[in-house]
Amino acid sequence: MIYADNAATTKMSDAAVEAMLAAVRENYGNPSSLYSTGQRAKEALEEARRTIAAVIGAEPREILFTSGGSESDNQAILSAAAEGRRNGKTHILSSAFEHHAVLHTLEKLKKEGFDITLLDVHENGIVRPEEVKAAIREDTCLVTIMYANNEIGTIQPIREIGAICRERGVLFHTDAVQAVGHIPVHTKEDGVDLLSASAHKFHGPKGVGFLYARKGVRLTNLIEGGAQENGKRAGTENVPGIVAMAAALQEADAQMRQGAAALAEKRDRLIRGLKRIPHAALNGDETRRLPGNVNFCFEGIEGESLLLLLDDKGIEASSGSACTSGSLDPSHVLLAIGRVHDVAHGSLRLSIGEELTDADLDYIIQSVAETVEYLRSFSPIWRDLESGKKPHLL
Amino acid sequence: MALYSEKVMDHFRNPRNVGVIEDANGIGEVGNAKCGDIMKMYLKIEDEIIQDVKFETFGCGSAIASSSMATELIKGKPVSEAMKLTNQAVAEALDGLPAYKMHCSVLAEEAIHAALEDYRSRTEKIHKPY
Repeated sequence: MIYADNAATTKMSDAAVEAMLAAVRENYGNPSSLYSTGQRAKEALEEARRTIAAVIGAEPREILFTSGGSESDNQAILSAAAEGRRNGKTHILSSAFEHHAVLHTLEKLKKEGFDITLLDVHENGIVRPEEVKAAIREDTCLVTIMYANNEIGTIQPIREIGAICRERGVLFHTDAVQAVGHIPVHTKEDGVDLLSASAHKFHGPKGVGFLYARKGVRLTNLIEGGAQENGKRAGTENVPGIVAMAAALQEADAQMRQGAAALAEKRDRLIRGLKRIPHAALNGDETRRLPGNVNFCFEGIEGESLLLLLDDKGIEASSGSACTSGSLDPSHVLLAIGRVHDVAHGSLRLSIGEELTDADLDYIIQSVAETVEYLRSFSPIWRDLESGKKPHLL
Repeated sequence: MALYSEKVMDHFRNPRNVGVIEDANGIGEVGNAKCGDIMKMYLKIEDEIIQDVKFETFGCGSAIASSSMATELIKGKPVSEAMKLTNQAVAEALDGLPAYKMHCSVLAEEAIHAALEDYRSRTEKIHKPY
């Protein structure tokens, strides 16, 4: 079996599993308890906080543990919005292809009277810093732009946007769920005030993540209760999940620093191979993308059928077709980069890890080519395209 | 539980009656690319009996399986009987479809009916006295 859906979730690393087991078996105490078992758990928790802070260039007290990327996004945006409202600023700047954890939170704020601007991400799937600069207003309280897109993997000019926000005195949040552990992220150098991350995207466990909030940024609670996490996130800490997240991140970061180039080479091998399929196109910028992300559209076919047949061939991937999203519309990300509906339905995302061999990659290329050809052989859309009844778009 | 029943997967993996009938006397196409499903049905009808049926489909697994099953249900049947084909019959024959995929069986029913209507309009034209 070839697992090529690491952008959906990753397998936990051995280091993460070991750390989790140790926490479950030995450090089972409540970090809020004053006796030894509790204090050992507390120490493990703080050690994890230091590890994570060091990886992303933050202070330990700037790391807040959460249940994952969605919670972090919600808390970051709602906190900035609350601060904005206190100062009479109710404009938020974001992009059209953010994760739904961001977009749906912004929609909620819109209903509450906020003015939301979603910047164009252009054909290459990259926000333009000069457009961020031009769109910031006197009443802008937050700019929230993702670090790297979850579907097409394009990496955003975070550092440039961070500098603009700093100059204009506007809070800057980035959903870095796909970036942390995969590309270098440094909160201070990037100039971000708030950053969201999720453990299971970098070989940690599900249900745990963190929010980086620069010292001085006022947070609003989503969960009220005890005084955990500096009183900003109540509930007994998920110690096994948190220590496993730290172990996973440390390892992912080290691996990324020495192996990113090799992974990008594998990605490019896949891209070169899939480009040979007629009427296919890569989605998103070819070079400014995550080292493991490949995303294509194939004309004349539908993504879910492609996924099911690839699964039969032992390849696990994902698609942005409507049928896989559970709605009538295909991926908002593909629509945002200008793919029309017909084409967006025929998308395939392969998010690979370094364990795949060249033989695996060639098998993927061959399998995708065969399956696309097969599905086209009885596709009425393909017939119309090939007979000239409709023009090819790709 | 798997997304689809064994029956659906069987008809998806090995679709019956795939292709085109060059001398079809009833053709129906329904759906649109925007929503992600298009079905095209070709019928060869002689003496009011569906002698042959073929389909082409652009769509998800359940759309392909629904097309395949619908062709099986009407092949060799009189036109009058095929007109009574319902989406429920297609879905039941497939041992059910997930609720949000029921529209695929509706599309199959509509494609068959569209092809039968095309056949009717063609034969009416032929029999129309000058």
